[in-house]
Amino acid sequence: MTWLTSFPQLKSAWLRDLQRVIDDSFRTFTRSYGDLIEGFFAPLQTLLIWFERLLLGTPWPIILLVVAGLAWGASRSLRVVIGSVLTLVLIGLFGMWDDTMKTISMVLAATVLSIAIGLPLGILMARSQRVQRTLNPILDIMQTMPSFVYLIPVVMLLGIGRVPGLIAVVIYALPPMIRLTNLGIRQVDREVLEATDAFGSSAWQKLTKAQLPLALPTIMAGINQTIMMALAMVVIAAMIGVQGLGQPVLRAINNQYFTLGLFNGFAIVGIAILFDRISQAWGKRLQKHQEASHG
Amino acid sequence: MADPIGIEIRNLYKIFGSDPEAHIEAVRAGMTKAELQREHHHVLGLRDINISIAPGSIQVIMGLSGSGKSTLIRHINRLIDPTAGEIIIEGRNVVDMPPETLREFRRHKTAMVFQKFGLLPHRTVLDNAAYGLEVQGLSQAERYRTAMRWIERVGLKGFEKSYPSQLSGGMQQRVGLARALANDAPILLMDEAYSALDPLIRYDMQTVLLDLQQEVRKTIVFITHDLDEALRIGDRIALLRDGSVIQQGTAQDIVMRPADDYVANFVQHVDRGKVLKVGAVMVQPQGAEPLPDASIAAEASIADALRQMAAGQLQALRVHDPKGQPVGVIPFRNAIDAYTGSMEANP
Repeated sequence: MTWLTSFPQLKSAWLRDLQRVIDDSFRTFTRSYGDLIEGFFAPLQTLLIWFERLLLGTPWPIILLVVAGLAWGASRSLRVVIGSVLTLVLIGLFGMWDDTMKTISMVLAATVLSIAIGLPLGILMARSQRVQRTLNPILDIMQTMPSFVYLIPVVMLLGIGRVPGLIAVVIYALPPMIRLTNLGIRQVDREVLEATDAFGSSAWQKLTKAQLPLALPTIMAGINQTIMMALAMVVIAAMIGVQGLGQPVLRAINNQYFTLGLFNGFAIVGIAILFDRISQAWGKRLQKHQEASHG
Repeated sequence: MADPIGIEIRNLYKIFGSDPEAHIEAVRAGMTKAELQREHHHVLGLRDINISIAPGSIQVIMGLSGSGKSTLIRHINRLIDPTAGEIIIEGRNVVDMPPETLREFRRHKTAMVFQKFGLLPHRTVLDNAAYGLEVQGLSQAERYRTAMRWIERVGLKGFEKSYPSQLSGGMQQRVGLARALANDAPILLMDEAYSALDPLIRYDMQTVLLDLQQEVRKTIVFITHDLDEALRIGDRIALLRDGSVIQQGTAQDIVMRPADDYVANFVQHVDRGKVLKVGAVMVQPQGAEPLPDASIAAEASIADALRQMAAGQLQALRVHDPKGQPVGVIPFRNAIDAYTGSMEANP
């Protein structure tokens, strides 16, 4: 009766062979195309280094000023400005300034990349049922697949370092950008679109003058989500050599440095809140036409 | 301003469903809407519509909800593609236009006003009114100048920097009207444009439209489910029921000679005194009887004639045309009969 209590499985020799075949062929693929692929992703390296140099090379008072300016521009709220500056000052005082700047540069690069890829894909998805049907399961996989699993082939191809880290972060942070762009465009009032059609708008005019502006609040929510997901990936990305706040956390886990872990953890939370408040406030201000509504 | 142009709708059919072409012959052969629905799960939207709209006139298309009137108006600028039929405007069949031509046609020949306004909520009144011109590719200064003129004309001066959500329904529809008029297209399509407005504002907006029409002379297709509105503004009215035209003609035709019980039922509560014109019920003077001294215009309503006769205690009025020439006589008796509906009008 053992066949009832233990699930019948393929012969272990088969499974072993199957794994070996896949592993071998991927390894061959890596050997023959690794350099090519590395070359393909080289611009990412440049982008990352540029962001990192920018943030690390700029004197800290200027960074504080810029953040304060961004916070004010986005929210017009003194509370948000003071909160943002205070967060950064505390991070600096506790000796985590450089790591924080590295993390922020990584998150910024990942966000820029996610928007650059996600926005057009989201638009395409909103325009075609077929694209939506194809893309949806892929996005599901991207969001549910444990990140360590797709780190393996990335590391095999590109080794350890910033670029594979960035790719891992983008894979993780991209889906909300695509999904919410798609959703935002699909939610645009049909009457409004019919009106733009009736006045002879081309597809491009319809997209830029009606669909994107009206989807913007939802798209902004997507950007906000993307930033948050990118921050969440920082610690995992640290495992494959991404510099920043994730590294000390990793060290703290390995050596049981409780305080070190706590400080860096709080720093991540701090910049998460900072990013979140600023991007949300900006998203809200984009909808100012909806604030004053007629009774 | 462009000269008014006419619209010819010929043998227009629309069937909604997965395979409309398959059933067009059956519908042509007389299959009813209910049969089509029951046996083939297709919905008959329009059946054999033939309407000829004169340049510079107001054509009202009227019917209850589900009669196909909004479907019909969307065929004129082809927001909906017909299953069969033709729409001829300036000698061109709109149904056959390739996308690029259709877009140019929509930009320059038609403008549309929507029941729910269809304004862009993220744009100011000014930018909404200028939308059609923006799509045409005019410079900002040019389109703002034109849009401002129409915003003032529809009575929204001072609100050009407001957003639609800050305006009442009536004001939003004025923006919709300004947007359509700024386009300076010879054809104006109004899809239940006033149905969402409350009665006083609706009356007000009808007046705005009639006043404007005096200046701009556009070919206006006006959809409504409100008979009073139809009778007030329509030069001609087409009555739609279950996707077919059951009667078309002037307001007088429809009130005095309803084609069937459905129409008769529809018009029985109409204020006939206001709708019927003296010219439609007058009689030719008989023999050598002298014409009455008191006179009334043929364009005046029966109610006016009755008021005048009652005030002067007269038995008849002389009827004159716009040039002042006598064209007939309206006896008190005939006016009363027409008013109460107990007399068929002279054809």
